[in-house]
Amino acid sequence: MLKISGVKKTFNAGTINEKAALRGVELTLNEGDFVTVIGGNGAGKSTMLNAIAGVWPIDEGSIYIDDVNVTKLPEHKRARYLGRVFQDPMMGTAAGMMIEENLALASRRGAKRGLRSGITHDEREMYKERLKILGLGLEERLTAKVGLLSGGQRQALTLLMATLKKPKVLLLDEHTAALDPKTAAKVLDATDRIVEKDNLTTIMITHNMKDAIAHGNRLVMMYEGRIIYDVSGEEKKNLQVSDLLAKFGQVSGGEFANDRMMLTN
Amino acid sequence: MNIMTLLNAMPGACAQGLIWGIMAIGVYITYRILDLADLTVDGTMCTGGAVCIMMMMNGHSVGVSLLCAFLAGMLAGLVTGIFHTAMGIPAILAGILTQLGLYSINLRIMLGKSNQAVSVDKYNLLVSLRYIKDVPFYKNSIFVTLIFIFVIVALLYWFFGTELGCAIRATGSNQNMSRAQGINTNMCKIIGLMLSNGIVALASGLYAQYQGFADVNMGRGAIVIGLAAVIIGQVIFGKIHGNFAFRLCSVALGAIVYYLVLQIVLWLGLNSNDLKLLSALVVAVFLAIPYLKGKYFTKGFKKGGAANA
Repeated sequence: MLKISGVKKTFNAGTINEKAALRGVELTLNEGDFVTVIGGNGAGKSTMLNAIAGVWPIDEGSIYIDDVNVTKLPEHKRARYLGRVFQDPMMGTAAGMMIEENLALASRRGAKRGLRSGITHDEREMYKERLKILGLGLEERLTAKVGLLSGGQRQALTLLMATLKKPKVLLLDEHTAALDPKTAAKVLDATDRIVEKDNLTTIMITHNMKDAIAHGNRLVMMYEGRIIYDVSGEEKKNLQVSDLLAKFGQVSGGEFANDRMMLTN
Repeated sequence: MNIMTLLNAMPGACAQGLIWGIMAIGVYITYRILDLADLTVDGTMCTGGAVCIMMMMNGHSVGVSLLCAFLAGMLAGLVTGIFHTAMGIPAILAGILTQLGLYSINLRIMLGKSNQAVSVDKYNLLVSLRYIKDVPFYKNSIFVTLIFIFVIVALLYWFFGTELGCAIRATGSNQNMSRAQGINTNMCKIIGLMLSNGIVALASGLYAQYQGFADVNMGRGAIVIGLAAVIIGQVIFGKIHGNFAFRLCSVALGAIVYYLVLQIVLWLGLNSNDLKLLSALVVAVFLAIPYLKGKYFTKGFKKGGAANA
């Protein structure tokens, strides 16, 4: 479904701020895989997701989605294959537009946008049904401006928008990190339900090791721009946070003690 | 200071305000919908008039001339759009570059003269200073301009409700989200800039007819008048909940208010050379109000607040 090979990316190459963010990432996802990604700050987790999404061109390597080579496609063209939810709740929705307008924009992802009506009556009924899945009462507020919603509501809406038109791959970039624990749990719960219902191939970055273990069928750990640990099936089910910490300590030589990963447990 | 002089000047000010209202609707598209400050309009506010007047002098009908003015404006918008998106020049600078280049182009269009006139006696003009009083209502410049505004608002209301129009609005609201939803944000910006400058050039074509000539300096400071109209409209009518068409109309009304106030200060004895200074200060104050309000007049602990929740 998704095949990333030898992806490298260096920011500010040739300057004093040079940063090799990805140093040869290899990752192959099968259809229906739900992968959680963990790693310390600067490990390259978000960079990997941005590389898949095409936010900027990569230096080396290739990215295939469903056997289509998307390595050179610009971000907006790649969007037809991808659903994305960002860490910042402000980033995934248009604040100045209504809930229904945001959903209508999302439902046309990958389609040509012409002079047909931006939203039709039938669509509205469908959106109401879909919003009910979130259980936030948003189905009663279709014409409310998204800017009026809380961060959690916006994030849940972004999740729905990302999956409204079934994506080949769903990219979740720490989408609950900016939310309070209770709201985060709700959004994660909605994520699980939606991913399961549509059998979506998903990559979810998280700083929370418990979440990384509890969700998905596969877990990868990144360190210094590479994937250094990849576990799935029974082995993943039996993982403990202590196992991950040990693994992390092993590769990083004890640096992890200062890392944000510790705080979230 | 005869009050009658003021009252006599009012209908003319209304007509001028309405024409600038069309121009301000163009500014609204870039400034409010696309969230870009586009300074190209200072150039297009002359280009449209120059094209319109020169074509009429060469025997074309007023309709064809205005259409060509509109297209010329779109072309100017396209240039700014390409500077901004394909060449990565910041929007303000891209607009300034096009505007500067347009000065030469405008002179070329007007065959090297800084001023080209059409006489209302010889040409069949749509609007004119002379069509304010003592003409049948359908020839009255205020009526004609109102029709223009009505049609433009209706068309824009329809357009920004289409898939493409929604994509342009989304681009102005959140570019990250737009790209993630597969919207070609660069294309949307270019289309918005073209549409905006086309409308400004159309207003310019009407304005040149109204005053009877096109002048190479007629667009100087146009962006400030446009912004003034947008902001005045927002301050006066912002509290009323209205749809998009209402917002556009409030921009046009803002332009009328601007011109009426202008008439009054002139009547009060302000030197007309100081007008531009006054306009700049008025716009600066209105632009500062939302910021200062947020900074000094916020109740309670609102820092972050809902935005960070």
